[in-house]
Amino acid sequence: MSEADQLIDVLTSEEVEAIEAEIAHLPDRESAAMEALQIVQANRGWVSDASLSAIARLLGMSAAALDSIATFYNLIFRQPVGRHVIMTCDSVSCFVMGCEKVHKAIEESLGVSPGETTEDGRYTLLPIVCLGACDRAPVIMIDDELHGDVAVEDVPAILERYP
Amino acid sequence: MAKISVDGVEFDAKEGENLLQAVLSAQLELPYFCWHPSLGSVGACRQCAVIQYADEEDTQGRLIMACMTPVADGMRVSLEAAHARDFRASVIEWLMENHPHDCPVCEEGGECHLQDMTVMSGHTARRYRGNKRTFENQYLGPFLNHEMNRCITCYRCVRYYQDYAGGTDLQAFGSRARMYFGREEAGVLENPFSGNLVEVCPTGVFTDKPFSKTYTRKWDLQSAPSVCAGCAVGCNTIPSERYGRLKRVHNRYNGSVNGYFLCDRGRYGFGYVNDDARIHKVGVRAADGVFDVISAEEGEEKLGDIVRDGAIGIGSPRASLESNLALKVLVGEENFCTGLSSAEDALMRLILDVYECGGARIPTLAQVEEADAVLILGEDVLNTAPRVALAVRQSVRNESLEMAEQAGIPLWQEAGVRSHGRESASPLLVASLLPTELDELATHTCNGAPESLAAAGFAIAHRLNSAYAAGEELDGPTQSFVDDAAAVLSRAKRPLVISGTSLRNDGLIKAAANIAWALKAQGCDAGLLLTAAEANSCGVGMLGGGVDLDTALRAAAAGQALVVLENDVTRRADPDLVASAFSGSTAVAVLDSLENATTESASLVLPAATFAESTGTFVNYEGRAQRFFEVFAATGETAPAWRWLSKAGARAGRNDMHWQHVDQVVEAVASHPRLVGVADAAPNGGHRNAAGNRVPRAPHRYSGRTAMNAGVNIHEPKTQVDEETPLSYSMEGAMGDQPAALTSYVWSPGWNSNQSVFKFQQEVGGAMAGGDPGVRMLDAEPAQVDFAQRYRPLQTPIGAEGDGRFKLLPTHSIFGSEELSGRSQPIAERGPQAFIVLGAAEAARLQVAEGMGVRCPELDATFAVRVEESLAEGLAVVAMGLGGLGDEVPSERVTLEPDPEFVPPTTLIARG
Ligand code: SF4
Ligand code: SF4
Ligand code: FES
Ligand code: FES
Repeated sequence: MSEADQLIDVLTSEEVEAIEAEIAHLPDRESAAMEALQIVQANRGWVSDASLSAIARLLGMSAAALDSIATFYNLIFRQPVGRHVIMTCDSVSCFVMGCEKVHKAIEESLGVSPGETTEDGRYTLLPIVCLGACDRAPVIMIDDELHGDVAVEDVPAILERYP
Repeated sequence: MAKISVDGVEFDAKEGENLLQAVLSAQLELPYFCWHPSLGSVGACRQCAVIQYADEEDTQGRLIMACMTPVADGMRVSLEAAHARDFRASVIEWLMENHPHDCPVCEEGGECHLQDMTVMSGHTARRYRGNKRTFENQYLGPFLNHEMNRCITCYRCVRYYQDYAGGTDLQAFGSRARMYFGREEAGVLENPFSGNLVEVCPTGVFTDKPFSKTYTRKWDLQSAPSVCAGCAVGCNTIPSERYGRLKRVHNRYNGSVNGYFLCDRGRYGFGYVNDDARIHKVGVRAADGVFDVISAEEGEEKLGDIVRDGAIGIGSPRASLESNLALKVLVGEENFCTGLSSAEDALMRLILDVYECGGARIPTLAQVEEADAVLILGEDVLNTAPRVALAVRQSVRNESLEMAEQAGIPLWQEAGVRSHGRESASPLLVASLLPTELDELATHTCNGAPESLAAAGFAIAHRLNSAYAAGEELDGPTQSFVDDAAAVLSRAKRPLVISGTSLRNDGLIKAAANIAWALKAQGCDAGLLLTAAEANSCGVGMLGGGVDLDTALRAAAAGQALVVLENDVTRRADPDLVASAFSGSTAVAVLDSLENATTESASLVLPAATFAESTGTFVNYEGRAQRFFEVFAATGETAPAWRWLSKAGARAGRNDMHWQHVDQVVEAVASHPRLVGVADAAPNGGHRNAAGNRVPRAPHRYSGRTAMNAGVNIHEPKTQVDEETPLSYSMEGAMGDQPAALTSYVWSPGWNSNQSVFKFQQEVGGAMAGGDPGVRMLDAEPAQVDFAQRYRPLQTPIGAEGDGRFKLLPTHSIFGSEELSGRSQPIAERGPQAFIVLGAAEAARLQVAEGMGVRCPELDATFAVRVEESLAEGLAVVAMGLGGLGDEVPSERVTLEPDPEFVPPTTLIARG
């Protein structure tokens, strides 16, 4: 097996297949960079250096060029994250509606600051900009689910739902 | 021309040009960061903001970015309006928020575009009191330091490195205030033009690493206009000195040659000037075989004795025309040899013959960039004439520039041009012995032995015009390359054919000429670029010699005295022949700057000055004579070789070479009919500016002149007087109105960085004021010759003899193949281990694989194996200048055997 094949072998055949399917719709292989990163992240929670190099090989670009794209987006995780990622909106509507108290409640109940992961690897807490749901401010998002009109009292119950 | 009003004053400007460029060309001051004349505009930094008014009534105006705004007739703008000034001051304040303010310890300090722009924008007091973001820096190899905290996120580095130079390992990472410009992980920056980052980055993020080991501020450097000695391109440089050491080499703008950029061989290949192996004294070999030091006078006397009754003189393609001429006069034309190997000498004569036919234009590098189809026949330009490869890289953009023009996108609109023409490229056809780095840009490639490439070339000319004879039958893939090449080239308006001497094959040069001439006959503006190996190969070729090197060595072997000028002949001729010349000759006098295998065998050694300590002329591949000036005076006995030779001539009773002054030698050179232009390559020593001043080598802030040697002698030294050139050895004199050939450094009030070069150009990014330096001497009107019949293909049998031996072919490495730069530490560190390339079948037969070792008993050398599928049986390719090899491969076929002892050296990288 060539070195290139070995590197790509870091990826599962399902991942490779899904990425190839994206490439098929695009003018060139590099254009599938974002999709490829998302596919791998969806599968593994984050994009490790090894995965990144493997994806770059598969797309025929340098790892540096792919990492340049990956690091531009704050939702492509280049470090391991917890099983669930909590994103707390701190933009203007949520701010006006008192999101800071909610954030504090979350931080206290998890014992971590923004950017950190709980010791048991259950949650990672990240701040985020407007989630486009200002009518329900303050808003938080956990994994793919949006929670609107969050009050401090709601926090324990919401967190409980993510084992 | 458009008329624009800037702060109420009318200026002429080029319609459609960007406003920033127009404003700077009008010699007004406007700060900028992200724009660069060779990289275009992207509007990233917001520093060039000005106010534009709709009409005379409009007093409010609106803020625009000058670099992103095309000039239009009647345009009304203000640079001085309070809004514009405040905005620019705020921009720089934001940019500086995270900057560490560490100018005192920063090597950019004193020549920093960021410092200049900060002062110009009026940001004088820092208000930000918060924490600054800090980064970890990376090890980037022997050429560059990395200090990311100083970054202002202008994106110039990645735009230069990726878009212009084609590198992929420098990237922009992250977003917002955390942008990081570096590699994915620490490691050597691979692109061979990486050193330009030193000058492209407007701050101290990328600085010159060898320079930092013995750092000096720009204002304390003594500099002179010079010409790179690294290859035949002849890039213009500014080398700088302090304390008798050559400290660094910077680019010297020449709009026709190197523009803003050098290659890394040129920038980092000067270390030999400061080397411990420099020869400083005159040495004569005593009976016991050791050298005795003798005085300069005794040395002159001895050299005079050696030449009195006639001697053979071997010149050098790395020595100045002046020194070569002095030797030629001393020994007489019939005893003088150019110092090129016999094979290369024949090719140089051929090139001159081609050029003298005047059948096609010899392109400048700027014209290479403008070619709309390029065919490279055999020459691996990235490794033999590196800056040509960077120019070829720009040529493939012409297709997208044309598309942009049709779509109405201004050509300086970098992002627009690039995204609009994303998929399109002008044709680049590469026919080479081995795959080359330029192949990634090539639309068509073909690999083969030099004879097959030449045959392909002849066939292309034949396809273009059947009056040109076709060569041998071609195989399928080569034939289709030929068909494509003929079709592509005949569609082009400015096609260019590139070849050269490096494969030592005359068929390639003849075929290249035929193609260019056939194209020219079709009515297009065809160019023909034929490159040689060294800085003055073309110069010595034009000077010419009566004998070739092998003949010269044979005469020495038969007992003639021998004078060798700056030439390690062991690199250029058969070792047995060289040995018999050294032992048979009555006396071997060698003038050189560094100890080498030839000085080892000499009976008399005289210390010759390098390019940095002498004034002289090199002739580049286009026949351009360019003068380099002494940067600092040679110490001790060291002197320019021409001076030794002229003194020896006088001792030998010659009265035709009493040269005291380099101008007298220049005149003697210019009396040669082919070399008349040399006299005008730069003003002579009598030149003074309008006010009667010399051009200073040192900036006006040059400090410590009277004290800097106090550690050795507390007496204030007398300022050295320059008897030979129009430059002064001090800050006395005046910069500004000097001819471009005398620009010893670039500086202008408020512009301490190299960006100040626009103050010396006719227009930003154009020719230097008064014309680009150098005189072209090979432009010729079409001669009365039958072009189609002049060079006919030879039937040369190709292929293995079947006795298991190998014909060796040469390849080159930008780092390590050239003699002197290869002896400079940072270049040697980047050079590859000696290697040999074998075809897959031959590797299998020898039972070796990539990375294993192979020995060649005839050469007494060991190589690391590289396998190249396509290489034909019976051939092996070795890298010149590496692992004890010189510049020539043996003409006899050699044996190769696996070397079981071979251990690939562990890559030890000295960090720091
Ligand atoms: S490293 Fe230099 S060139 Fe690159 S973005 Fe930063 S300041 Fe600009
Ligand atoms: S291309 Fe040749 S002349 Fe130009 S900098 Fe490089 S080595 Fe020097
Ligand atoms: S501001 Fe929080 S969702 Fe819009
Ligand atoms: S120079 Fe105009 S925006 Fe940077």
